[in-house]
Amino acid sequence: MSTISRDEVARVAALARIELRPEELDRLAGELEVIVNSVAQVNAVATPDVPATSHPIPMTNVFREDIPVAPLDRDKVLAAAPSAEDGKFMVPQILGEE
Amino acid sequence: MSTNYVELVDYDEAVAKYDPVLGIEVHVELGTKTKMFCGAGVEFGGEPNTQVTPVSLGLPGALPVVNGTAVEYAIRIGLALNCKIAETCRFARKNYFYPDVPKNFQTSQYDEPIAYDGYLDVELDDGEIFRVNIERAHMEEDAGKNTHVGGATGRIQGADHSLIDYNRAGIPLVEIVTRPIEGAGARAPEVARAYVQTLRDIFRALDVSEARMERGNVRADVNLSLRPSPEAPLGTRTETKNVNSFRSIERAVRYEVERQAAVLDAGEKVLQETRHWHEDNNTTSSGREKSDAEDYRYFPEPDLVPVAPSREWVEEIRAALPELPAVKRRRLIGEWGFTDVEMRDVINAGALEIIEETVAAGTSPAAARKWWMGELARNAKEQEIELAEVAVTPAQINELQSLIESKRINDKIGRQVLEAVLAGEGNPEEIVVKKGLEIVSDDGALLSVIDETLAAQPDIVEKVKSGNMGPIGAIIGAVMKATKGQADAGRVRELVLERIGA
Amino acid sequence: MTDIIRLSAAQLAEKLRAGELTSVQVTQAYLDRIAAVDESINSFIVVTAEDALATAAEVDRLRGEGAQLHPLAGVPIAIKDVVVTDGVQTTAGSKMLEGWIPPYDATLVEKIKEAKLPILGKTNMDEFAMGSSTEHSAYGKTLNPWDLDRIPGGSGGGSAAALAAFEAPLAIGTDTGGSIRQPGAVTGTVGVKPTYGSVSRYGLIAMASSLDQAGPVTRTVMDSALLHELIGGHDPKDSTSLPEPQTGYVAAAEQGATGDLKGVRVGIVKELSGEGYQDGVQDRFDESVELLRAAGAEIVEVSCPSFEHALAAYYLIMPAEASSNLAKFDGMRFGLRVEPSEGPVTAERVMAATRGAGFGDEVKRRIIIGTYALSSGYYDAYYGSAQKVRTLIQRDFNAAFEKADVLISPTAPTTAFKFGEKLDDPLAMYLNDVATIPANLAGVPGMSLPNGVSDDGMPVGFQILAPIREDARMYRIGAALEAALEKKWGGPILAQAPELEAK
Repeated sequence: MSTISRDEVARVAALARIELRPEELDRLAGELEVIVNSVAQVNAVATPDVPATSHPIPMTNVFREDIPVAPLDRDKVLAAAPSAEDGKFMVPQILGEE
Repeated sequence: MSTNYVELVDYDEAVAKYDPVLGIEVHVELGTKTKMFCGAGVEFGGEPNTQVTPVSLGLPGALPVVNGTAVEYAIRIGLALNCKIAETCRFARKNYFYPDVPKNFQTSQYDEPIAYDGYLDVELDDGEIFRVNIERAHMEEDAGKNTHVGGATGRIQGADHSLIDYNRAGIPLVEIVTRPIEGAGARAPEVARAYVQTLRDIFRALDVSEARMERGNVRADVNLSLRPSPEAPLGTRTETKNVNSFRSIERAVRYEVERQAAVLDAGEKVLQETRHWHEDNNTTSSGREKSDAEDYRYFPEPDLVPVAPSREWVEEIRAALPELPAVKRRRLIGEWGFTDVEMRDVINAGALEIIEETVAAGTSPAAARKWWMGELARNAKEQEIELAEVAVTPAQINELQSLIESKRINDKIGRQVLEAVLAGEGNPEEIVVKKGLEIVSDDGALLSVIDETLAAQPDIVEKVKSGNMGPIGAIIGAVMKATKGQADAGRVRELVLERIGA
Repeated sequence: MTDIIRLSAAQLAEKLRAGELTSVQVTQAYLDRIAAVDESINSFIVVTAEDALATAAEVDRLRGEGAQLHPLAGVPIAIKDVVVTDGVQTTAGSKMLEGWIPPYDATLVEKIKEAKLPILGKTNMDEFAMGSSTEHSAYGKTLNPWDLDRIPGGSGGGSAAALAAFEAPLAIGTDTGGSIRQPGAVTGTVGVKPTYGSVSRYGLIAMASSLDQAGPVTRTVMDSALLHELIGGHDPKDSTSLPEPQTGYVAAAEQGATGDLKGVRVGIVKELSGEGYQDGVQDRFDESVELLRAAGAEIVEVSCPSFEHALAAYYLIMPAEASSNLAKFDGMRFGLRVEPSEGPVTAERVMAATRGAGFGDEVKRRIIIGTYALSSGYYDAYYGSAQKVRTLIQRDFNAAFEKADVLISPTAPTTAFKFGEKLDDPLAMYLNDVATIPANLAGVPGMSLPNGVSDDGMPVGFQILAPIREDARMYRIGAALEAALEKKWGGPILAQAPELEAK
């Protein structure tokens, strides 16, 4: 179908927040090309009249009651954090505003 | 914060030249007891990270389960906004990386919202009704809270690091999106404000949220674009975030109109971007460039199954909907006999509920309005508190009014009694009794005072006898003084006239 | 007395109930075995000896007091390291989670703890369950006890090898595209992927949410039935979990063991044999078919044409879902955090550096494919189309199950290949799953049981597929075939495996 260029891989890697080394970029571009071409064949059979299935077992309306449960132990949680301060998770400065 | 000089065009000039088109996205936090997809509690102001489960913290292996009450609340909102309720809808993942989004995706709804194609009739200050068309209302979850630390102003730029509290992560939200709001013209700022206010009132009436803007229960993002005329195609829009009050909404729209008009007048193009509203100097400033093609890679949430509200359930919810504010206002205007202007003043003062309660306690609507919009409103303003926080209850006002109507006290004493109630001295009845404030109702007692007074003022008696009513006030005043004000002035006047024989 | 470690879980349970053995004895025997051989095969990432013995001692004490215990109480179990265990390191085979101590238990672990099975430790796996050989683990590869130069299958190579090497009588695996069944096939053990939703996914580190299922890894069909009934059942914490209780499997296995399959229609899937299937694998399969026929089953041939596209659909759906599921591994809240070697240290750059350093090649490959398949402009062509193929595959299964009660095929096209043989060719690696993938896409249950040894001396697996919610059929037919085979062999297949050198 389409060619996956090195640039394309770089774009997707940025979208996926994965830093790739240059040799990784090269290798991936080649591998992905092969894989994507082979899977593109699904297009041939995926005609408009065929509905998509996202769940193997059809079910609807699975809800839970609005009743509180015990929260996690904060100490336990922060103990596993890379960095914490004042009961909060410490992360490096965030550039992109939301 | 930008300190560049920004060109603005005078507002009236701007709207004479350009046609503003609005788009408003409102997020409301639902007042459920637990989060959207897990049973963590939601109380405001808890210790950081003490209201999280593996699900709301986004830990590996955790799975979401939908809060059924949140779904019901979302349907209530959809119905109140005259929307169609989806026969079946799904959740979708909105994928983006941001530290306050624990899974680095938000579970939201994409092309299958729970409610869609509705409208809201908004009443403007002068009574005009403006219809805002609603594209959709959908369910989603809130993110955690960042606190930026280290920079000079504590804002993102220049901060050394951020501290994150995930207590808010996962709180249920409903997002309401309007279709482009056209035809507001110069009233666009007002329409925007009134729309969000009306929504807020509805949320409270529906009991789906405390809906306090200052607490972030209700958040508005305002989109604005200008075009040379209503027939022209839509212009480029900006999105302004961080508008935290109704007043800010109105001002932000106004500002953007002025700013964009200046840009267009200069022959430049308006940049499609997100802007931030600054409360301190009433301006917007550039945020990051907004691209409509943000690649969120939406796909149906595989960990959740579709929500398919049965038509029976929807009708049950519809039947149980409380009376909506606009409908209620119409009804009360009729029942109470207020004019539109009087009612609007009551609403704007936030006095509707408390007047309702007072009327329910037995007071006439007119009297209730007089007390709450008069004396008590003044009191509230002086103390800089909300009307509802004034130290007197509707029941007490009712008691006070009854005392006056039954003529056991008069208006002046009534105000005295009110002050005593406000000072915490007890209920009106007990204050009157304790302080002996009841007016003299015994004619005999009054007459003796009157006779004394008349005897002391023979020349005035002569004047009145000869037809000059003017000085009678002095007699009445003297009688009132002698009775320490505890007399019905009307009755005194009658008796005086009787006595004088005029 | 037969070596404790060679007894089946059912036999151990019996002896524990009868008081012939204590749980501490049994647990210690397995811990000793692990100490003796695991250096050679590396099935375990972490061994939790203390906890296991404590549970064992508790069971013995309770039994002494006459308490009511679960049938499997006191029988040790190993758990694939993709399942979250409170207080015990859980890595998913990745450097990303090295040293991560979860603050909660997966639902299936809660059930195991409630039933009081001593947990021996966490087993090795391909990183984040992505692989068919366990060569992609950040904790070294696991070796196939049958031949130390060959792969034990993947992603659950650790659990399967542990069973094959008698390091445990029971283990938990997870299967997204064959990760329980294929290792079972290449190690001569039994593995079951239940109907989707039969076992709770709460606490399974997610790969592809609509495909993942946890299931039993054992040496016998009955043992799988016993374990399936323990871990299965509705879980309110998993919205996709089936509402009904998971029972009847033990009874079905018992029925099957009588060897009578009269009235049962067995369908051979035309598309899952022939070209690409090793001769030895095909021969063993054909022989097994004869055994089923001799047991009274009617053998029919069915065709599922859309199975040809299953691999392609899978390698679009799975990476897409996985790319989203793995986004949470970013160095912010738990696990590895790596700062960029140069330039500003921002959250964005730390995320990218962490993910670049913490994920292995296969994981990166799949995240990139998945992100690509979901990105705007490509969704319809890739992910969207793949979900349609899923519908076609379900339809083919439905049609096939009109003609047959169960479907059969070889579990994998080949026996265990040598290490490194397929590492440079991802597509060749993916072909290992060609027979197992359709079941995950459709949600139907599948079982692999050993049905012989190939010409190269390596074990071969036989796959049984049943309709959704009809897992019992697999246990019945599987038990029948197992009985017939063991009769033919004069004992279990693992008796034919080479002895592992104990250290």
